[in-house]
Amino acid sequence: MKKILYTLLFLLPLSVSASGGIKLESADIDLSDSASLERGAHHYVTYCLGCHSAKHIRYKRIAMDLKLDEAEILKNVAPLGAGIYDQMHSAMNGHDAEKWFGTTPPDLSLIARSRGADWLYSYLKGFYSEPGKPTGVNNAVFKDVAMPNVFWQQQGTQEAVIKTVGGQEVITELKLVEAGQLSAKEFDRMVNDLVNFLVYVGEPVQLERQQMGKYVLFFILMFIVLAYLLKKEYWKDVH
Amino acid sequence: MKDRMNKCSNWLLERFPISDLWNEHMAHYYAPKNFNIWYFFGSLALFVLVNQFITGILLTMNYKPDAKLAFDSVEYIMRDVNWGWLVRYMHSTGASAFFIVVYLHMFRGLVYGSFKQPRELIWIFGMLIFVCLMAEAFMGYLLPWGQMSYWGAQVIISLFSAIPVVGDELSLWIRGDYVVSDATLNRFFAFHVIAVPLVLLILVFLHIVALHEVGSNNPDGIEIKKSLNWKGHPIDGIPFHPYYTVKDLVGVGVFMFFFAVVIFYMPEMGGFFLEHANFIPADPLKTPEHIAPVWYFTPFYAILRAVPDKFAGVIAMGGAIVVLFMLPWLDRSPVKSIRYRGGIFKKAVLLFVIAFIGLGYLGTQPATPGATTLARVLTAVYFGFFLLMPLYTRWEKTKPVPERLTEHPTLEERIPQLKALVDEIVAVETAPGPMGATIVKRRPNYAGIQAVLIRFAKNLKKSLD
Repeated sequence: MKKILYTLLFLLPLSVSASGGIKLESADIDLSDSASLERGAHHYVTYCLGCHSAKHIRYKRIAMDLKLDEAEILKNVAPLGAGIYDQMHSAMNGHDAEKWFGTTPPDLSLIARSRGADWLYSYLKGFYSEPGKPTGVNNAVFKDVAMPNVFWQQQGTQEAVIKTVGGQEVITELKLVEAGQLSAKEFDRMVNDLVNFLVYVGEPVQLERQQMGKYVLFFILMFIVLAYLLKKEYWKDVH
Repeated sequence: MKDRMNKCSNWLLERFPISDLWNEHMAHYYAPKNFNIWYFFGSLALFVLVNQFITGILLTMNYKPDAKLAFDSVEYIMRDVNWGWLVRYMHSTGASAFFIVVYLHMFRGLVYGSFKQPRELIWIFGMLIFVCLMAEAFMGYLLPWGQMSYWGAQVIISLFSAIPVVGDELSLWIRGDYVVSDATLNRFFAFHVIAVPLVLLILVFLHIVALHEVGSNNPDGIEIKKSLNWKGHPIDGIPFHPYYTVKDLVGVGVFMFFFAVVIFYMPEMGGFFLEHANFIPADPLKTPEHIAPVWYFTPFYAILRAVPDKFAGVIAMGGAIVVLFMLPWLDRSPVKSIRYRGGIFKKAVLLFVIAFIGLGYLGTQPATPGATTLARVLTAVYFGFFLLMPLYTRWEKTKPVPERLTEHPTLEERIPQLKALVDEIVAVETAPGPMGATIVKRRPNYAGIQAVLIRFAKNLKKSLD
């Protein structure tokens, strides 16, 4: 009996700490902030689209959801030559990618839904220098990832502070050793905008869905009231 | 004009017994008048079934059952099809809602003895519906062709290969390939969209016909047909229509409210209704770290993993469902409802509920040694509840069952009680404010909360005797 109790006691904390590593930072997601989403879309096309497609979204849809002019989005966001009805395809073909990175970079349309915003935010900020690697960097959130740090110019160079806990080397924090073009605050905003955009791309309808929800719930509440009054009227004579 | 309408309806009535059917199953079907909240889940299950049919048909209009196109076609529905996201969320949330409603419906049957003589066949039909529903959900889950769809199907189909001699051939035959592939997706689509729904529909029909033949059970577990009035109707019965149609309408409204909250605000339900890993397209070369089935299968999945041997585990998992079929013959108590049962049965039900929920939780978690030990204990409790039932239901001392239905306060009648409870746990302080106003401060009354908790614990203990 005691054994069972102990098992019960230790089960919960164990399952939580099993993931280990660095703690995820939380991203500040606001899908009603169109300016942030537009900046994010711009960053995506500049830094990500070279390798990663987001083939489930069209430039037209972004323009509609962010209330942007079609010509404007083609000029400011979309890569040269893209049409308004095009999906966000990458210029890199899979065969080359396989040769260069050993793997095809995944499509990022749904990355925010499978990984979560906080994970993406921490991952993008989680690159640190490790000279032995082919890309020169490793990642504190996604160990041995094939992706290079595309923000090395903006972020600067980070190094990992490693402590040995219980015979295992654990990264406790990342330290900026060489400043980049952007200050830490500006860089955080840039990554946050990008993550915000990825969350939007994961499910473009989500803002509309939440706004619609309150009307639906109100309608259903009215229905419940009417149905309840009807029931009460019919059941008056049941004793 | 009116005359012509009459002629038309007479023409129909002479050829089809529409009014007989209506009377037999609705207007003159007498149901006990004391149905409580537990009795909403039958009609709700029917409501969800209709929801799944309609949204399912709409989804098939844009879904492509092809390993190359399936995943993208689902995203196409979510983004480019008008209202496609709503239809898809109604279908995916409906699947989970179906199981919530059906589990509660089954639990109702368990505690009020609705499976007992003369309703054994209703229970059997119901169990067949449950098995069909599991097949339907399992095959439907492969269709979005995400990582969890793929690897979940891979794991479950590979279970068949544990069967001695024919196992490998059998699993190959089910998949139509050496791994889950396009062939598997196509046949699962056929089963999910045509074969299983047809069987499901027939079984629901049989379930209801069997129910209306013997009549509904009730929270008191008394046969209302034993006390009839001069017209030959049960004194404690009321016609299903209009009384229960209007009552179930309220139930449908409340259900829709919760359903809409999930659809519009939390369609993934924190990864329980739509698993995060299922937003990654199926990749036969990349096994996910942790494969977990959707929540409604996790109790059975935990039983499977609790048994060390694979084949024995499959038998245990199947057995967990087979014992449910045998319930009407395992229970030896002369009393139907838990209200008049002895303490042993009540405690056994409590243990069973803890075991079922516990197994459900463990099924979502990785199988660590501690978790496996716990899962084994809970599996033993699960099977103990059923297999020891012939013994403990015979020993237990039941309470006298009344002749007629008893009155219990309804939800509305409990509102004053609830208000009194709130008053007890909230301390109100008034202080004179500026300009003759009074400031009312509310804070938790700890002595009151303690008293309420002690009373609750005492009541719980008493109710278990």
